[in-house]
Amino acid sequence: MNRIDAFFTQGKKAFVPYITAGFPNVEATLENLKILVENGADIIELGLPFSDPTADGPVIQTSSFKALEAGFKIDMYFDLIKQFRELYPEVPVVCFTYFNPVFHIGVDSFVKRLAEAGGDAMLVVDLPFEEQSELELPLEKEGLHLIPLIAPTTGNDRKEKVLKEAGGFVYQIALKGVTGMRETVAEGVSEMVQETQTYTKLPVCLGFGVSSGDQAAAIADTADGVVVGSALVNCIDVNLPNYQDKFTSLVKELAEAIHA
Amino acid sequence: MTQPLPIDGRFGEFGGQYIAETLMPAVQELEEAYQKYWKDEEFQKEYHYYLKQYVGRPSPLYFAENLTKKLGGAKIYLKREDLNLTGAHKINNTIGQLLLAKRMGKTRIIAETGAGQHGVASATAAALLGFECDVFMGEEDIRRQAENVKRMRLLGASVISVSSGTGTLKDAMNEALRNWVATVDTTFYCIGSAAGPHPYPAMVRDFQRIIGDETREQIQEAEGRLPDTVLACVGGGSNAIGIFAPFVDDKDVALVGTEAAGDGVETGRHACSISGGEVGVLHGSKSYLLQDPDGQIINAHSISAGLDYPGIGPEHAYLHKTGRASYVPISDEEAVEAFLLLTREEGIIPALETSHAIAYLVKYAGDLPKDHIIVTNLSGRGDKDLMSVNEYLEKKEQK
Repeated sequence: MNRIDAFFTQGKKAFVPYITAGFPNVEATLENLKILVENGADIIELGLPFSDPTADGPVIQTSSFKALEAGFKIDMYFDLIKQFRELYPEVPVVCFTYFNPVFHIGVDSFVKRLAEAGGDAMLVVDLPFEEQSELELPLEKEGLHLIPLIAPTTGNDRKEKVLKEAGGFVYQIALKGVTGMRETVAEGVSEMVQETQTYTKLPVCLGFGVSSGDQAAAIADTADGVVVGSALVNCIDVNLPNYQDKFTSLVKELAEAIHA
Repeated sequence: MTQPLPIDGRFGEFGGQYIAETLMPAVQELEEAYQKYWKDEEFQKEYHYYLKQYVGRPSPLYFAENLTKKLGGAKIYLKREDLNLTGAHKINNTIGQLLLAKRMGKTRIIAETGAGQHGVASATAAALLGFECDVFMGEEDIRRQAENVKRMRLLGASVISVSSGTGTLKDAMNEALRNWVATVDTTFYCIGSAAGPHPYPAMVRDFQRIIGDETREQIQEAEGRLPDTVLACVGGGSNAIGIFAPFVDDKDVALVGTEAAGDGVETGRHACSISGGEVGVLHGSKSYLLQDPDGQIINAHSISAGLDYPGIGPEHAYLHKTGRASYVPISDEEAVEAFLLLTREEGIIPALETSHAIAYLVKYAGDLPKDHIIVTNLSGRGDKDLMSVNEYLEKKEQK
């Protein structure tokens, strides 16, 4: 069974942290992954840095550029997942990426390498439903999920179409905009999640803009999971080089809020 | 009147809609509106009214006698898009898109710009038609195209400086897309290149094909036949696709695009997505791109801000792949020489972008027979480029 499906059979709310692979460097990424899991992360979203992250706000953009400047390569990405998998055989890993690196390496080859390394799913931010066909088959062959995204702009007809044959979990985007921290969670997110839940049996995880335990707790009332990215990456960035303690306590705060 | 929109948004394997889910409904809404209004008589009437009375169309097709004599070969005609209001072909498209935006009930437009020509054309159409207008521009381009920045601000637009990447056109487009995701309810994204997600490449082509439609009539009138070659510079490719479009089915008419080769394709410092790139996905469509073995986008290099882009419109990719059009690299040095030559021979100062097409004439027109007719799209005027040309010449002298 895919590790994501296995996780959700427990009926537990998911804390889904995102970090950018290779930021601040490869070694630190593995250490950060350990901190995440040891302090309550349920599903890991590992970002593959891309030169032109058009769906990301300043925090994740900066982390991606720094990773690439430090010489991060796709080979290292698969190695990281492999090392992580040896340490944590059960914790699901989602590959968060833009389509070009996948397409350029070759869709079949990318998916195969991801599966061999121990990845469980892909989330491709610039590959909407209409363009997914070339990735669907290779993923299915390897037993990996393609995580569907639902935006505040996605109408009901479209939701039905997008979610009909989806697997893994649904990523509900909380707001119109790019990734990044927001002071308050967008209004009406509970309703948004509930509405999406009527179109699917899959768990619905909400992300974009979540930056504190209080926000995460409120979301976890309705959502099946909470995705936090920029707040974590920012915590690393602003506290470099000795960010570990602050990073650990933010991870704990979020995990406790979501699991409470 | 026009080629139909590609049904699945593709030109062969190229094109498509590779964008964030949040934008998909907006792009689909645009496609519907475009399909509806492009066929709407009132819309066409209004669009052509502004092209004639406001932009100053039709633009002349000028026989460049001095240049023809100087080069001693093919007969050279210049399609004078530099004489349009705002000094380039870009206004054809911004008038079209903003008339559409108005019908869609949008109140604000955003645009990306490299050389500033599309920014100025957007700001102009926004002033005319009553839109709030924000233009995203790379900080390097803001420096080298300072005059156009002043023009945009004068026209009431806000120019937003983009410092990520190399601070050029690609980065401006990234930032425009990020802004659009957050403002999609009220905002219309006015793309200037024949690039971006479907329906933009086809829509921009259709709003620019007036260049080719007029050329066809004018050359028939002047020569009683179609040209042997149609030539244009290509960055994203809007002026080229505009003049190519009505000739695509005329198999005897050669279509030639010139890509910016910067310091030379072999140096790696260039903007030749076809001659030096591979197929990939950026800014919403699949096409040729400058990229490294990991699929990371490589920064383009060109003296011309408008061609300084690591991709090319998907229809050009298709015309290349099928062999219908050919794409030729032209270096900074060749472009600057052509810039000076046209200025001195004809008294026409071409844009640096356009100078890449003129350079093709300098290189090859002399070897062609005297009855070979080449129509070149003189896509824009070069007043904006005096600083860049002077900087280039000074640097060259120092060497």
